[in-house]
Amino acid sequence: MTTITKLPDPVAGGSKHPQRGKTPRPGRGRRLGDLRIALLFILPAMVGFVAFFLIPTIRGIYLSFTEYSVLGDPTWIGTKNYTAIFADELFWNAMAVTLQYVGLNIGFQTVIALGLALLMHRVAKSTLIRGALLLPFLVANVIVALLWFWMLDYQIGIVNEIINWFGLPRIAFFGSEQWAIPTIAGVNVWRHMGYTALLIFAGLQSIPSHVYEVASLDGASQTRTFWSITMPLLRPVLVLVLVVTVIGSFQVFDTVAVTTGGGPINASRVIQMYIYQKAFGESDFGYASALSVILFVILALVAFIQMKFLKGNESDLD
Amino acid sequence: MTTSALSRKTPGSKSGSKPGGKPGSKAARQGAYKKPFNWRRAGAWTLVIVAIIVTVAPFLWMLRTALSSNASLASNASNLLPADFSLGAFKRVLGLQTPEEAIAEGGSGAAINFWLYLRNSIIFASVTTAGQVFFSAMAAYAFSRLRWPGRNMVFGLFLATMMVPPIFTALPNFLMIKNLGLLNTFAGLALPFLFMTPFAIFFLRQFFLSMSREVEEAAMLDGAKHLRIFFQIVLPNAAAPLATLALLTFIGQWNEYFWPLLVGQDESVRVLTVGLGVFKSQSPQGAPDWSGLMAATLIAALPVLLLFIAFGKRVVNSIGFSGIK
Repeated sequence: MTTITKLPDPVAGGSKHPQRGKTPRPGRGRRLGDLRIALLFILPAMVGFVAFFLIPTIRGIYLSFTEYSVLGDPTWIGTKNYTAIFADELFWNAMAVTLQYVGLNIGFQTVIALGLALLMHRVAKSTLIRGALLLPFLVANVIVALLWFWMLDYQIGIVNEIINWFGLPRIAFFGSEQWAIPTIAGVNVWRHMGYTALLIFAGLQSIPSHVYEVASLDGASQTRTFWSITMPLLRPVLVLVLVVTVIGSFQVFDTVAVTTGGGPINASRVIQMYIYQKAFGESDFGYASALSVILFVILALVAFIQMKFLKGNESDLD
Repeated sequence: MTTSALSRKTPGSKSGSKPGGKPGSKAARQGAYKKPFNWRRAGAWTLVIVAIIVTVAPFLWMLRTALSSNASLASNASNLLPADFSLGAFKRVLGLQTPEEAIAEGGSGAAINFWLYLRNSIIFASVTTAGQVFFSAMAAYAFSRLRWPGRNMVFGLFLATMMVPPIFTALPNFLMIKNLGLLNTFAGLALPFLFMTPFAIFFLRQFFLSMSREVEEAAMLDGAKHLRIFFQIVLPNAAAPLATLALLTFIGQWNEYFWPLLVGQDESVRVLTVGLGVFKSQSPQGAPDWSGLMAATLIAALPVLLLFIAFGKRVVNSIGFSGIK
């Protein structure tokens, strides 16, 4: 870890006390290291960090305790936003809708992705196949949403044509309250399953092959091997995948915004859609900030709970 | 590389299935090992093929629709080939069709200023990618090669912001951009992405730490300064991960929707994702211009698809959690 920077310093070890005067370098150089050049290197990133991450985070928390409609100055109203939110039926509706979405999205996505990852690992190792499965993830949310909006069209969408061909009644995928969220969840399962599978696949590849060899010598069945070896050893990766995908899933917005806009009625108004509408539809930035603080806290809790209870940071391999 | 119990069987069953490979009793004995048909394997491949069809078929449907005449779509809804083959949708989207022609082909009359949005997307995605990758590389150098007090603390602070959901900072950032009078400008669009993302710094730092320092140390003894080492040794040696990061960043920025939706509503800076959303919402409820919409989405996805075809392996192999632990 030590860098060579110290070597050329001819007076290294000269003074213990920081000196001021003609030769301040040795003492200060030791304590501050490459501080001056480091400041130069880190300056742009630091500007970006402070201006667009740090200050907004603090300001967002501050705004959540104010009433602010963009015009004029924010006025401090204490926890009124929060008490209003807890009595807000639309908020609870948004939470319920978001949770339904996350449950459907993560449930299907993780199971399908795990299956795909195992397939890639066991039979289909080619990069081409992995590339093909990754394709939907590389295309913008908006494009994926529009594509499925067309394919799931009630009148002439191909999916309803197929349903009709089987003699079943057509489904208003985006247009009915009961189908809107499952449909949006399904669209995003389609977009993310290949990507998630690749993340799990990377985890599978890190399981040393000798473990499998021993299991096969012991005559363990495929099912047994999967539950007793693959799953336990894959757990840290699976937990990380779950943390990342659940956090992403809670912030679903693009697909909803382009297809249903939160409707029909309130059926697909997910939490981020609600925040967006409060801030930019009703210019209620204080309320919207309080909502996003709540979302932030939920996400932090979700990550914490997943890491804690699924023991994501411990490997069974040691 | 990785050998599971199943994949190790493959060579055996392959050679076993070659009839007459070796003469006499040996072949007969091999035949005893040969499995007539591996159902499990066939089933697995069937699933793989189904997965690929499910993944790729919608894109083909996008192409099929884009090549159809919008007026004929309804009467040929389940025909797998383009309905009344026509390049009209592409022409319409690219502004090569007169309004009369467009209406005749079943266009809705909704306008999409495609070339302008394309230009805006290119500016937005390339400027933010260049800035973000370069400045993040500088920061990663400071975090991996320089020694200074508070280094680990600052790095930890940077990493912690990965946890903050984008919507949380988007509201205050919007207010700041608005107060600076930068709404509907490229500066307003690009600034929040221009300097760093925690992920980019983390990604590059990880790589810099794994790079051999011998050349740098030799250069240092020769009296080279950090700036020269950074530009002449570190950056060229890190060309591969820099390219990967740039590729991932560009794709992400090209697809970005939420921030441009907030600050870039105006035509002059509207990017493709936002433009597509507007195009969709403009079309009348009864008869949307599906062909036009699909042609537009197809062209909007094209740059990413081309990049992926050219550098797909890099993208595919970059995905994983290898760096996190």
